[in-house]
Amino acid sequence: MIGAAARVRLAQKARLQHDRLTGKQFLLYPERGLELSESAARIVALCGEERTITAIVDELAAASGEPRERIETEVISFLEALDDRGLLVVT
Amino acid sequence: MKTPRPYTLVAELTYRCPMACGYCSNPLDLARHAAELETADWIRVFAEAAGLGVLQANLTGGEPLVRGDLGELVAAAHAQQLYVNLITSGIPADGGRLAELVAAGLDSIQLSVQDVDPHGAAWIAGRDDLEAKLEVAEVARALGLPLTLNVVIHRGNIARVADFVALAEKIGAERLELANTQYLGWALANRDALLPARAEIERARTIAATAAERLRGRIEILFVRPDYYADRPRACMDGWARRYIVVTPDGIVLPCHQATSIAGLAFENVRGRALQEIWNESPAMKRFRGEDWMPAPCRTCDERDADFGGCRCQAFALVGDAGATDPACALSPRHELVRDARLRAEQPAPAAPPAIRLRRMRTTA
Repeated sequence: MIGAAARVRLAQKARLQHDRLTGKQFLLYPERGLELSESAARIVALCGEERTITAIVDELAAASGEPRERIETEVISFLEALDDRGLLVVT
Repeated sequence: MKTPRPYTLVAELTYRCPMACGYCSNPLDLARHAAELETADWIRVFAEAAGLGVLQANLTGGEPLVRGDLGELVAAAHAQQLYVNLITSGIPADGGRLAELVAAGLDSIQLSVQDVDPHGAAWIAGRDDLEAKLEVAEVARALGLPLTLNVVIHRGNIARVADFVALAEKIGAERLELANTQYLGWALANRDALLPARAEIERARTIAATAAERLRGRIEILFVRPDYYADRPRACMDGWARRYIVVTPDGIVLPCHQATSIAGLAFENVRGRALQEIWNESPAMKRFRGEDWMPAPCRTCDERDADFGGCRCQAFALVGDAGATDPACALSPRHELVRDARLRAEQPAPAAPPAIRLRRMRTTA
């Protein structure tokens, strides 16, 4: 489980890449790539600077105006999926 | 059908290799591909691949380190924003060279180890380089380079899967591929010596699964039950000419490493035509793309979206017809070809390891 106070950044092997064919963002890592939805890409972009989950959720909530609780659930479940793949450094 | 988008370019930069692994995925007729593409050819291939939508470049061989221009090639692939993965035996080992490649934009390295037992390594690869490989791993980690450890699994080393997990932990690998031998080419020639018995596969699978759970989030561990024991074919290359483009050292464009083994298909060369045109229009690339080619029982099978009809090279090698159902599938009318090999693997192993046919093509071209 990743807690709200945890700081997260992308693991070195993961690279965010703009796709010239579709304009979408991909998260690339050895032998694999994940095509990110717009909201997933926003979360990953915020993982660039070792923010806390709370700070990431605050930014997304401020930008979207959506309920904070819902965003937090979404963010944590997405980041846990990345962490399972070893794509995240959690401290 | 709409032409699919390839995501990965497998660039076989050379078939020269200091190793002689008896399961090598290179073709048997290595010498026919000795006229290697020039640096400029590969630079063009990377650009054309990126134009097609490719996001990953696997630089492989043979042994890519024997190419003197590897640094330039990494830089060229990186310039196309490709995720550049070096697939290497680590030999010839040279830490300074690795630093140069990282500076050029190398994103990750996949290092192969043949065995942790020196006799086992010598049996399967003709030599033992474990110490040198461990030094390469150390340099990679010191450079911050993400490291995958790859071990091809066969009858001679399957008892040491737990040791390979321990090795991955020791060297700080982020991913461990316990890659069961695929019985094509060199490995098919050596099949009776390499194919493990069912109980050995299941024991290894349990060890791998337990380790994967223990190391979740730290080391990704891959162990896929080999198709000979799966009763269903593997989704070879995720489908023919669908996600992967392979380019051989001499420029031939293929849907998979082994495809030149299929008689009667005329694969085209990047020396004569742009990669985009070959991918989109070449009859050989279209031959088994999609589902129209499928025979019964594949054509109405519920699993055809999952396995894409299996491996065309295996169908050709075993049945003699690349358009046949992969005989690894229990629904294939020729499944006995695989079942018979499995039955032979149940025989007790000989006291001394049998001689195998080593893949020979030394670094001097």
